[in-house]
Amino acid sequence: MKLKRILLLFIFLFAALTGTYASDRTVIDTGATAWMLTSTALVLLMVPGLAMFYGGLVRSKNVLGTIMHSFVAMGIISVLWVAVGYAMSFGRNILGGIFGWDWKYFFLNGIDTNILDAGIPEYVFSMFQGKFAIITPALIAGAFAERVSFRAYCLFIAFWSLLVYNPLCHWVWAQDGFLFNLGARGAVDFAGGTVVHISAGVSGLVAAMFLGSRRGYPYQVIRPNNLVITMLGAGLLWVGWFGFNAGSSVSSGLSTAQALTATQIAAASGALSWIIIESFHQGKATALGFASGILAGLVAVTPAAGVVQPYGALILGVLASVLCYTAIQAKNKLGYDDSLDAFGIHGVGGITGALFLSFFIRKSWMEQASAASDGSWTIWNQLGVQSLAVLTAIAFSAVMTLVIIYLLDKFIKFKSSEKDEMAGLDRHIMVKEDTACLIPSNI
Amino acid sequence: MKLITAIIREVQLDKVREALIKAEITRITVSRVSGHGQQRIEEMYRGRRIVPDLIPKIKIEIAVNEAFVDITVDTVLKSAKTNGVEGHVGDGKIFITPLEECIRIRTGERGGSAI
Repeated sequence: MKLKRILLLFIFLFAALTGTYASDRTVIDTGATAWMLTSTALVLLMVPGLAMFYGGLVRSKNVLGTIMHSFVAMGIISVLWVAVGYAMSFGRNILGGIFGWDWKYFFLNGIDTNILDAGIPEYVFSMFQGKFAIITPALIAGAFAERVSFRAYCLFIAFWSLLVYNPLCHWVWAQDGFLFNLGARGAVDFAGGTVVHISAGVSGLVAAMFLGSRRGYPYQVIRPNNLVITMLGAGLLWVGWFGFNAGSSVSSGLSTAQALTATQIAAASGALSWIIIESFHQGKATALGFASGILAGLVAVTPAAGVVQPYGALILGVLASVLCYTAIQAKNKLGYDDSLDAFGIHGVGGITGALFLSFFIRKSWMEQASAASDGSWTIWNQLGVQSLAVLTAIAFSAVMTLVIIYLLDKFIKFKSSEKDEMAGLDRHIMVKEDTACLIPSNI
Repeated sequence: MKLITAIIREVQLDKVREALIKAEITRITVSRVSGHGQQRIEEMYRGRRIVPDLIPKIKIEIAVNEAFVDITVDTVLKSAKTNGVEGHVGDGKIFITPLEECIRIRTGERGGSAI
């Protein structure tokens, strides 16, 4: 009898200590959780996809070094994200909303049993968002490929993630972020047009200009070492993008299907229009052109996937290819060395998508926006909101990147030495040369 | 006519090519080779120190008329050397061999004018 009472007391105490979790537990939506787990894995798959895409485009002496730019982000950013990234991005506003903070997200220590209103465990959501944080700095690496010191790069992406990505992510996606609440129904950035692509593209451009060109650019012809790898990488990115976009619905239902459809269509129309433009402009369609078109279309539809219908996605894909192609031609004229066109594709494509999506928003969304703004909400109102979000992202990431690189460069040389650049980055990634080159004959 | 074969460091290829182009020697053949000379390098593989038997090098082959032999050799010498005037073990070697004949496939031209 006494034993039973002690036991009861213990159970009572235990329940009291962990009281909160028993009371406000929402039910897990297994369907949504299953899809979000899949999406999380798909978005992670984009990182090796990106590594292959970039790895094929550089010269053979830089393949492994370039691939490592993507892979090391999986290490560095994952750790940072768990430690403070999630708290900075999805905590409540602090310091006037520059970023968020919540101690229960510090090392994710307080979400062990949390289930979000969407019916998925918060762990899944935080890991899903963490993958976005990983791929964004990895995208920047394309702008200064083949000429950056590995050590400086590691430090750069760590600081960039903390000081650029996390605040932007908070502004756009946190419930109390200022861009999230701009205008009637907020700035539309479904899966990261501003947060991921514009910020990465613009930062890449700034970094590329700060570092200066590669040795010999543009007089010496710098040819891709293996476009087969690049094509496979582009394919993996396309597949992974279904997690990126359709997963951003944080559900498994109608909006997921809408985002998935828009994604497929924009990628296809982007790829097709790129090779058509090329055929007219240069007389032939190329494999790299097709891959670039896929990416341009996917980037442009990223902010829009949740609000546009198929014809809108199709037009966004075309527009993205036209503008990105033009941007890359302009780059060749202007002569700055954005090695693998991180700005040309991600920056320009992201801006295209974020602005032009205003014209293709589905009716029901606009009606809800009108209702929310007590009256009329027009395309032009939304375009204003979108422009403000885009300008904010451009200005913020450009200035912060410049500051980070400038300060970092004081302590550790950001650009690799001339000798290292001539020898190739692979030398520094510690493996024997011939194992690095998939096609060692390319000089 | 002479055939000049230079074995150089991979790293120096850009410099050597730039120098050769400056000296107006543009007809060259480049290949990736590996070999064994005096140089010994250590590499790390999974934390283990290894000394590869064969070290990767670049081979440049240049066929020239007698008048160009000296300038070609000087250019390669200057541009392939690392560490200033002193040089380093592993900077490479230059071989000069007599060239019996040179034929341009397109026209069938022979001798010095075909180079």
